[in-house]
Amino acid sequence: MIATALIVFREVLEAALIVGIVSAATRGIPGRGRWIGAGLGAGLLGSVLVAAGAGAISQLAEGMGQELFNAAILSIAVLMLAWHNIWMTSHGRELAANARRIGADVRSGASKLSIVLVVIGVAVLREGAETVLFLYGIAASGDAGRGSMVGGGLIGLAGGVLVGVLLFKGLLRIPLKWFFSVTSALVLLLAAGMAAQAARFLVQANVLPSLASPVWDTSSVVSNTSMLGKALTGLVGYDAQPAGMQIAAWIAVLAAIATGMALVRRRDGAAPSAPPASPASP
Amino acid sequence: MPRLAALLLACLPAAVLAAGEPEAGIAIENHRFVPERLEVPAGKKVKLTVENRDATPEEFESGELRVEKVIPGKSKGIVYLGPLKAGEYPFFGEYHEKTARGVVVAK
Repeated sequence: MIATALIVFREVLEAALIVGIVSAATRGIPGRGRWIGAGLGAGLLGSVLVAAGAGAISQLAEGMGQELFNAAILSIAVLMLAWHNIWMTSHGRELAANARRIGADVRSGASKLSIVLVVIGVAVLREGAETVLFLYGIAASGDAGRGSMVGGGLIGLAGGVLVGVLLFKGLLRIPLKWFFSVTSALVLLLAAGMAAQAARFLVQANVLPSLASPVWDTSSVVSNTSMLGKALTGLVGYDAQPAGMQIAAWIAVLAAIATGMALVRRRDGAAPSAPPASPASP
Repeated sequence: MPRLAALLLACLPAAVLAAGEPEAGIAIENHRFVPERLEVPAGKKVKLTVENRDATPEEFESGELRVEKVIPGKSKGIVYLGPLKAGEYPFFGEYHEKTARGVVVAK
């Protein structure tokens, strides 16, 4: 039961961290709860469908369907996070500048919430499909004591969700002055980490060369399978023994998004529309 | 997304054409790997076929080999290893970690 709980917890953890960060990062945008809920629902539904079709997906593309599928959904998430972050660079400033009126202002963001739906949907889909497969295996095994294993699965699920909620609540406690800097830094790392994971799947599928592997080995410090390792993988794309291609993808995406953010910031800085946050009260 | 799809498609023939690497095989039975010790040539990319003879899915995983792949019940999956330096590379089945353990020996 404990073993089952731990496995499910590890699988759920990464998705929960992403949902927690994205939920916090869209703070103040009206109607986001509905979009987050829709993303979760779509992701869970997709998980069941993907798990049911796992056999068929595996056989695609000369047996590399699973790798390409994972790389594709991770890439979608990277694009969406990049878009979100660059957009928030502009509007997050307005939010911060008008911190005192946060509840009432910034209504322009609603249309961008479809991004939230997609990011949360694919994050849940990726980790969820594996969890569904695992739980299905238990349920189908007919082993004695499978009831307790299903119970363990539920405990693991609850634990993962709890971590996501705690992260979300913790992020909301950050003072508004730093809030958007912190969340956009987290989203930036999230996107770079997902790009590295996508690269790993493409190397595994023999589509990309590995470029020197491993570049380093820190598995004796933080192994991939440890809780800390899993959390770091979810947050920043940590790998104890990364291939060169993973690092190249990580750096390329980080640099691309940071450049986009810097360009938007400079454009906004030149325009008079975004006054700096000032402590003066009305 | 079309651009990514195009990129993936463009890359695909390279993967398909890269046949001819040494092959190896391993099976999963009763949540154990058979054999649990698998020798492969060092310095070459190896195509490993993992056959899951159990009815339940298993995730073939190894940080050392940088592999993570779900093998559904009663089916086969292919993973590419290396090129590996000579040495030992442990792997495990994430869904049955206690019993499903093995090691790839690159020589």
